[in-house]
Amino acid sequence: MNDVATLHDAVVVVGSFPLLSGVNLTISTPGVTVLTGGNGAGKTSLLRLLAGLVPLSSGSAQVLGVDLLSGDRRLLRRRVGWLGHEGSFYDELTVMDNLQFAARALGRPLDEIAPALERVALSSRSHTVTKSLSAGQRRRLALAWLLVRRPSLWILDEPYASLDDEGRTFLDALLGDVVATGTSIVLSAHDPLREPALRPRTLHMAGGRIVDGPH
Amino acid sequence: MIRVALLVAGKDLRVELRSRVLLWQVLPFGVIALLLSGLAVGPRASVTRNAAPGLFFVVILLVALLMIGRSHSVESRSGTRSSIKMLGLDPAGVFLGKALALFVTLGAASLVLLGGVVVLMHAPFAATLHALGPIALALGSISAGGTVYGVLVGDAEGQATLLPVVALPPLAGILVAGEKAFAACITGTSLVRWVIFLAVGLIAYLAVGILLYGVAEESA
Repeated sequence: MNDVATLHDAVVVVGSFPLLSGVNLTISTPGVTVLTGGNGAGKTSLLRLLAGLVPLSSGSAQVLGVDLLSGDRRLLRRRVGWLGHEGSFYDELTVMDNLQFAARALGRPLDEIAPALERVALSSRSHTVTKSLSAGQRRRLALAWLLVRRPSLWILDEPYASLDDEGRTFLDALLGDVVATGTSIVLSAHDPLREPALRPRTLHMAGGRIVDGPH
Repeated sequence: MIRVALLVAGKDLRVELRSRVLLWQVLPFGVIALLLSGLAVGPRASVTRNAAPGLFFVVILLVALLMIGRSHSVESRSGTRSSIKMLGLDPAGVFLGKALALFVTLGAASLVLLGGVVVLMHAPFAATLHALGPIALALGSISAGGTVYGVLVGDAEGQATLLPVVALPPLAGILVAGEKAFAACITGTSLVRWVIFLAVGLIAYLAVGILLYGVAEESA
């Protein structure tokens, strides 16, 4: 097992407000790490730190070999897949336009788009304008975006939010396939995962730090 | 950098083609603004011809402000900014791509407005054709500078009203030089110094954007 991320006393401050107040964490590959906790516990901030989207204020952190204090976070972001709360696309473009833009930006072959769309059951919507998609379809498009990217680390911010039972089952199966390829996943959720086959490692957060679970 | 610039420009232009905001909202606004400006100047052909270059550049600057705000609001939507950051694109390439797309859309709007300037304001057609070069330089400067100011304003509160306050004063020099160059084409006087001014402005804004766009984007 290799360490994907190692954090020691990681602090993130935005303005004068501490979003993370000393997080110690090691994430190894492959596997699923679940961050639980109430609103404002720091789950999203920790995920954004791991994704290289916010700067580390103090402490130390390495993700995929990139030092978050001194390294180039842009290089890290190319290797991490991020799925946020909302859809992350250009609403005016079609599903295919959006995926082609991402694939070209990352130098991924365009012929990987069709299998990704098929995997998330969006093949029939490939020429639909993104703003016409339902919330569930947008979530599936975000997952297709990640499948095309093939990141070394998947970071998912509340991916189960607003999914029905069918959607949850679909996502569990997809995450299982991803872990089977040797990839690590870190996700946030209000409740522990219901799918035991993923064997998630659950960490509870409160007040900007991990308060319960194996560090 | 060039590959990223072409990719981003292609994406921005595709967004514009599909949304038709330029065609159905910005262009009608520009034409109406030009018409109203012409009415304010009065019916005498000699007066409107003299005022045409200035009115054209004031209107194109207003159109540019709308397009700059539009170009950056597309990236500022909830979730999109994070997603695009995750692509790890070269910020200099992103800047050049956004500026190029803005230049193309402003160029298209300018052609329509110049037609209005010739028909409604009696600007000589040949002189207007002659002025296309300096006008393109001015549009390039406005596009590059506007892209810089757009990312500086970012998604700050009141972005739509803040952008003109931030962008208009520094772009005023470009507006004046563009107007002088266009007027020189009409009157047949030398426009060399104005072309040099516009070229220097373009180079300066391109340099600032290439160097600082990433820093501004990162802090947005």
